[in-house]
Amino acid sequence: MSLNEDDVRKIAFLARIRVDEARLAPLADELNNIVGWVEQLSEVDTNGIAPMTSAVDIVTPLRKDVVNDGDKVEDILANAPDREGPFFAVPKVVE
Amino acid sequence: MSTQKHWTIAAAADALAKGEVSSRELTDQHIKAIEDNRILNAFITESFDVARERADASDARRAKGDVAGPMDGVPIAMKDLFCTEGVRTTAASHILENFVPRYESTVSGKLRDAGSVMLGKANLDEFAMGSANITSYFGSVKNPWTPKGANADLVPGGSSGGSVAAVSGGVAIAATGTDTGGSIRQPASFTGLVGMKPTYGRCSRWGVVAFASSLDQAGPIAHTVEDAAIMFEAMAGYDPKDSTSLDMPVPDCRAAVAAGAGGDAKGLRVGIPKEYTLDGMPADIQKLWDQGVTWLKDMGAEIKDVSLPHTKYALPTYYIVAPAEASSNLARYDGVRYGLRVPGGSLDEMYELTRAEGFGDEVQRRIMIGTYVLSAGYYDAYYVKAQQVRTLIANDFKSVFNDVDVVLTPTAPSAAFAKGEKMDDPIAMYLNDVFTVPASLAGLPAMSVPGGLDANGLPLGLQLISGVCQEETLFRAAAALEHAAGFTAKAGDAS
Repeated sequence: MSLNEDDVRKIAFLARIRVDEARLAPLADELNNIVGWVEQLSEVDTNGIAPMTSAVDIVTPLRKDVVNDGDKVEDILANAPDREGPFFAVPKVVE
Repeated sequence: MSTQKHWTIAAAADALAKGEVSSRELTDQHIKAIEDNRILNAFITESFDVARERADASDARRAKGDVAGPMDGVPIAMKDLFCTEGVRTTAASHILENFVPRYESTVSGKLRDAGSVMLGKANLDEFAMGSANITSYFGSVKNPWTPKGANADLVPGGSSGGSVAAVSGGVAIAATGTDTGGSIRQPASFTGLVGMKPTYGRCSRWGVVAFASSLDQAGPIAHTVEDAAIMFEAMAGYDPKDSTSLDMPVPDCRAAVAAGAGGDAKGLRVGIPKEYTLDGMPADIQKLWDQGVTWLKDMGAEIKDVSLPHTKYALPTYYIVAPAEASSNLARYDGVRYGLRVPGGSLDEMYELTRAEGFGDEVQRRIMIGTYVLSAGYYDAYYVKAQQVRTLIANDFKSVFNDVDVVLTPTAPSAAFAKGEKMDDPIAMYLNDVFTVPASLAGLPAMSVPGGLDANGLPLGLQLISGVCQEETLFRAAAALEHAAGFTAKAGDAS
């Protein structure tokens, strides 16, 4: 599998990173270099092997379904680039 | 270099207990050392006011006979990946350049409660992605070590480059690090320090800026194995706020250090994995590894040849798993709730422009690799495949630890290299972590212990790996190895 400029443009959009047109070709080369290298895993026989989901075998902990946090509007908004009242503010989304 | 005495935590605790020095005096000495050594660029943010306040509080506690433990009053550096309440936390990224957390990470909070004094936030590779501390938005870090007879600027390793520069440069007594694929152990090896990565889940990830959540683990960086044990015990412990936190008691690692400190390795079974011999590995590294085997044998350890057959697949597995998790974790930097915002005509454009300007090249590269391997149609071929190989790598270790207690390997395939080397080819840089990544993938505790100097007078580390939650065995073996190595060299000795 080799990535071309169109693939990189699509990946960049999925990742929401703006990439200049002139950077698409060199970036495709860089990504192909890495993807080509990791593809050596295809030679490993993994038939019937369960994918690792956790480094250490532990039971996922449960907690009571109760409110134990909250009322932190000012803490949450303290680093917001833009706000209106108790809300984050963003550019207009619905036309 | 600084003429600052290299304090250990143990020596500082002793001097503080005897009243030979106050925390405020120790702290002021180290603040002065930081000011005199800014050329290292070890800190992104200095927090001297916080430090003096905590030092005074420590002295006041001590005056009342209310000492929190051996970390009380000890000045340390905090890797700038731990959120610290009221002190800017950047992850060395432009996108978090002005982020001031309103809360404290569990690990930094535990160290604060243990009485330690935070001098500042240590530099690192951007979002901990790198092996040379050259990807920081706030500039690269200089290794305090210089090669014999040359004037080259060396990298300190990464990603915890600022942490190791601060400790080996004598401007902090110890430091926190985080290790995803080797980010504590490789820089410790490059600077003649002890660096320890605990079992995954020992130290809470809550409040640590996330890189690859199934791998990220905090740990100590210090001058000695004993110091690493003291600091590890202060950092570790169950935290209900991290669902992967291990709910089990913190082991008594200081007792384990005492058991090995006299050079006692009797009964210890040490595995030497044949797959860790690399073509083209520097002769000095092979020599030190062989020496390590001899040291442990002479102290009564039983040496066994072992095989970890999937070792060669660890690095490519890591470079699927880590970027995949990073692409997901870093999706949160969208210019909406915190961090940099670059205005755009639409919401998507704002996201794209913000992330293009906010993230550096290596971070963007990894996000895109991660996005690709997780994208529809490729998920099974890359991500699931990598997680299957990861199971095989973990199984290799499980079977080896039926026969041995620890595995001994070199920490890194080279000594510290000059700034500018390995920068054109990301894969050449990734190879730095070839010996550290397997233990990360398997979630195992591992430690780099300084073993000796190479022909250029640069430090080299040996890595010990033990089984899951076998930190006591790890610390005992490390203490014995440290005793045998008798490594006392400090940065600046040769120049």
